[in-house]
Amino acid sequence: MPILTHLEAIRQGIWEEMERDPSVFLLGEDIGVYGGAFKVTAGMLEKFGADRVIDTPISESAIVGAAVGAALVGLRPVVEMQFMDFIACGFDQVVNMAAKIHYRWGAAVPIVIRGPSGAGVHGGPYHSQSNEMWFVHTPGLKVVVPATAYDAKGLIKASIRDNNPVIFYEHKFLYRRIKDEVPAEDYVVPIGKARVAREGTDIAVITYGAMVWTALEAAQALEQEGISLEVLDLRSLLPYDEEAVLASVRKCNKVILLHEDTRIGGFAGELAALISEKAFEDLDGPIIRVTAPDTPVPFSPPLEEYFLPNAKKVAEAARKLAAY
Amino acid sequence: MRAIKSPKTAKIAYHRADGLLPQSPDVGTLERMLYYLKLTREAEYRIERVLYRQGKIVGGVYVGRGQEAIGVGSAIQLVEGDFVLPSHRDFSSFLIRGFELKDLLANWLGRANGPTRGRENTTHVGSLKLGVIPIISPLGDTLPVACGVALAFKLRGRKNVALVHFGEGTTSRGDVHEAMNLAAVMKLAVIFICNNNGYAYSTPTERQYAVKDLCVRGPAYGMPGVTIDGNDVLAVYQTVRQAIERARAGEGPSFIECKTFRMTGHSAHDAAEYVPKERLEEEAKKDPITRFEKLLLAQRVITTRQIKQMEQRIQKEIDEAVAYAEACPFPRGETAIEGVYCGPDCWWETGSAV
Repeated sequence: MPILTHLEAIRQGIWEEMERDPSVFLLGEDIGVYGGAFKVTAGMLEKFGADRVIDTPISESAIVGAAVGAALVGLRPVVEMQFMDFIACGFDQVVNMAAKIHYRWGAAVPIVIRGPSGAGVHGGPYHSQSNEMWFVHTPGLKVVVPATAYDAKGLIKASIRDNNPVIFYEHKFLYRRIKDEVPAEDYVVPIGKARVAREGTDIAVITYGAMVWTALEAAQALEQEGISLEVLDLRSLLPYDEEAVLASVRKCNKVILLHEDTRIGGFAGELAALISEKAFEDLDGPIIRVTAPDTPVPFSPPLEEYFLPNAKKVAEAARKLAAY
Repeated sequence: MRAIKSPKTAKIAYHRADGLLPQSPDVGTLERMLYYLKLTREAEYRIERVLYRQGKIVGGVYVGRGQEAIGVGSAIQLVEGDFVLPSHRDFSSFLIRGFELKDLLANWLGRANGPTRGRENTTHVGSLKLGVIPIISPLGDTLPVACGVALAFKLRGRKNVALVHFGEGTTSRGDVHEAMNLAAVMKLAVIFICNNNGYAYSTPTERQYAVKDLCVRGPAYGMPGVTIDGNDVLAVYQTVRQAIERARAGEGPSFIECKTFRMTGHSAHDAAEYVPKERLEEEAKKDPITRFEKLLLAQRVITTRQIKQMEQRIQKEIDEAVAYAEACPFPRGETAIEGVYCGPDCWWETGSAV
């Protein structure tokens, strides 16, 4: 099976969907001639032409709004945010226009808004955010955050085929660092289904995105100490796989909720509430969160390192929890 | 086809008149225009001044009293496959595009068989089949959407156009800038129609923008911009027609400022005491419906008797529509959780436009 990077897998997924469905087209800043800031769309202009790979002015709101308009009349736009931080400029179109149309008057809005998010590459406060929760709290949207190359391809394809607005987070730290076996044939990974990334028995680490790899690293380190971590990769945050979360909690009876996003209002809060409501009797210890602190993402490497959760922080939390 | 000229047309300031020549609708269209002007005025009167005051319509009520000529003069000339994205004061656009008054009233009343099944109020009603995409309350959002509709037309080689209406207050929003720029850069078939009705809620134009006429915004983006008398339905018709022809020919977007006046409050609860009385009296003399009616009578397009009959027919239609809407059931509360997502079985109309 071919080995692809996270980034190549996303590109291949989009490419295949464009070949499969002529209504799929791309809209974004510097995605054509330049191939995108991270080169996700490299080669697409040459292959699919300027009608389907459209460079736009710097107008995130108009880009999202135009995608909505094109989607309403039958096309399937895939929008690139050069950095997911900039989606704030198009926020209104996402949460007030795209997310609510189907509920309001019944039309479908099959758009994908994708782009690089996350820290670890010294991008500073505006090229590093994990702002997925802005959209997880908006009914009508779907929010997808893949960790592996296999899932990135399968989920981008599922997102493009979905009849709802999907916000697709690509972690820029993973783009070229993660390689996977990715089937050349057509497949999709369903939105809303989690994946057990590693089976374990003592503590369930529930996470998503780049932190899946952090959790796996911690799990490997703790193995030698006799602590067995299960790692659950959520893959989608809206909708999310409640059953898989509860299954891992019931199996391990202890849980760490891990995310790169900041703490207050992060996804861990939702998971903690769910676990408390539906699996309270199964818990043998407190629900522990490992997250970034409630600050903007700092630039300077020592600050950023302090800000980000890492395997060491997860392992420390796991050791404390194991003692219960 | 009978040529007719609006006596006011000559006074209209075309700030960029290049290529904009007056054209006239035929008699049948003129009659339809009068009918929709009157139907809109009367239906909105019933909504704002009767059903709202009776407590039967709840929530915000926004009507376009005094500015009906803009919606009528523009939407009347759309063809199948075209789209209109009306403002909240363009009730006529919905009727002209084929929405039934009874369904719109059922929606105003929050009933289960209104087109939004009670999820939305006022004129937040859309139909892909009829080519209507509704406004949302954060203003200006429909302008980029109109660009996307026109982009789809362009990608599919269609000659259709998207008309989008917005108030002068909306022109202060960033989405208007982004959309007008995008449409000009991509040469999209969008007609930007600014219904300048003097007030954005309580804010007068001098606190909204610092130019005399908004038409200067057009050339600033690389598209024609004109300011016209928005109470002259024929001026609206002619100007929009030229913009549509331009757009269908692939020459890109146009910006049209239609000057009019809001002859009511921002919404039904608003007595609009901030509007000087003298201004209202002065604007009342320019009523678009009275003017058009006089013109049609003077030109012998229609008789007084025919107008009377039209008015009787309209009252009957409204009575029947209200009776229908009031007899419709309210939705069951638990249906509130349905239809957030469009699944394989959802109630969406497929986007068949392109």
